[in-house]
Amino acid sequence: MLDTTLPDFLASDAQAAERDAVGPGPVPLTLDVNNVSHSLFIEPKTTLAEALRDSLDLTGTKVGCDRGACSACTVWLDGKPIAACMMLAIDVGSRKITTIEGLAHGDELHPVQSAFIAHDAVQCGFCTPGLVMSCAALLESNPTLTIDDIKAATSGHLCRCGTHPHVHDAMLDASRIRKT
Amino acid sequence: MNSFEWSSPRDIAQAAGVATTTVAAAMVSQSGRLSTDGVVFKAGGIDLLDLMKEGLLAPRGIVNLREIPDLAVIAQADDGGVRIGANVTLAQLAADPVIRTRFLALADVAGNSASPQIRQVATIGGNLLQRPRCWYFRSRDHHCARKGGEVCFAFAGENQYHAIFDHNGCAMVHPSTSATALVALGAKLELTGAAGTKRVVGLEQFFLLPEVDIQRENDLTPGEILTAILLPPPAPTSRSIHIKQGETDSFDWPIADVAVALDTAPGGACRAAAVILGAAAPVPHRAKAAEALLVGKTIDADVARAAAHAALQGAAPLTKNAYKLPIFETLVRRAILAVVRGG
Repeated sequence: MLDTTLPDFLASDAQAAERDAVGPGPVPLTLDVNNVSHSLFIEPKTTLAEALRDSLDLTGTKVGCDRGACSACTVWLDGKPIAACMMLAIDVGSRKITTIEGLAHGDELHPVQSAFIAHDAVQCGFCTPGLVMSCAALLESNPTLTIDDIKAATSGHLCRCGTHPHVHDAMLDASRIRKT
Repeated sequence: MNSFEWSSPRDIAQAAGVATTTVAAAMVSQSGRLSTDGVVFKAGGIDLLDLMKEGLLAPRGIVNLREIPDLAVIAQADDGGVRIGANVTLAQLAADPVIRTRFLALADVAGNSASPQIRQVATIGGNLLQRPRCWYFRSRDHHCARKGGEVCFAFAGENQYHAIFDHNGCAMVHPSTSATALVALGAKLELTGAAGTKRVVGLEQFFLLPEVDIQRENDLTPGEILTAILLPPPAPTSRSIHIKQGETDSFDWPIADVAVALDTAPGGACRAAAVILGAAAPVPHRAKAAEALLVGKTIDADVARAAAHAALQGAAPLTKNAYKLPIFETLVRRAILAVVRGG
């Protein structure tokens, strides 16, 4: 009698086909970043942060802890701040990504970027792109800010230089300018 | 992180039964060597990616549940309660007007968990099913009893964040603060298995103590999907609150958290009480003695103080966590009084 049992490696392939699975090798996918559509060929295990930095050379997004604990990698997913290190690029789908590189309009800085410069809210600068992304999202959704709103929106961001008080001042200023 | 196969089904019927194992089962080994033949489900993926990046889990395949639209909806249930899809994010819950007005304890906890970035992606289902935060469990170098090893390292080790109740063989505290609130609110879970078979189980009954099974925190079976959290309609005279104490105000796991739900006759006696302690035991801990003290009484500061004292009945602190007892006592008293005074 014939042994019809598939060898292990083939059985595994058959099960993967049944689930419509792709990978583990590189797969084609499209990422919409800063209103530009990019075609990539990357492994399913690639995080959004890795895809942005390594495949698209958008190195403004920083990776600190790589565990969602420091928020340095903050980008927008459909306008909302997320940790790019804790999202797989393949999981983004058709959602729109905005990075720090997409915030300014040409040479015209986003009001939050200008306020950060005016208030010297930067020291070493590693946490700054992430902080700017959280602050800019906050200003878009709530133009009349209180200090508590700013503290809540930046609560996930670690800054070892201690720039948080300057960030708070910058944001209160940006909010005042936005209102007038 | 290991390489893996990826699939993203669009409906529950397509997805249920596809995972071959649970995350908990995939993390158990005799030798400390990771199994690489399991297929697991993923919702928001926050805890899953964390475990994989730490080298604690190496699945062959991931089945993404995030593209299933029906799972991300908060809806009125037929019984007047609320049905929360398991993919509803913590940010969605915290902002939902119905949750904010009728289930304040849940809105509180959802809005204060982790960071805004994490709340945007983390789901309520994943929050309930996340693995323990115990640092021995999360360390590749410690093959602890929950991962198939011989011992719990916390008893003779750094146990300042560990359990003060029911630490029979494993001193983890349950990692979900949402669970503390949801148990107080009498939540049930809807679980969908292969071929779409559904079962409904009380959240409190779903969680397992280490003496029942030391290798898993709950009764999820392989292939089964947590599809919804069901909240019964609260009595119009009931109120709830969740408060937590961390070492810092922002982005920290609690060292103690408490949910209290009370149904009080207008201007009169307490008719029903739930007092649940989080970060206290391997499951959300129901303080039965405190509840018994509250029911039938008109609650004032003295009653609240007595109930808070009773909430610690049976506590057995470890070498480094007796400091939690007065913190819990204070939180329980404050939570009871905040509910009674309406703020």
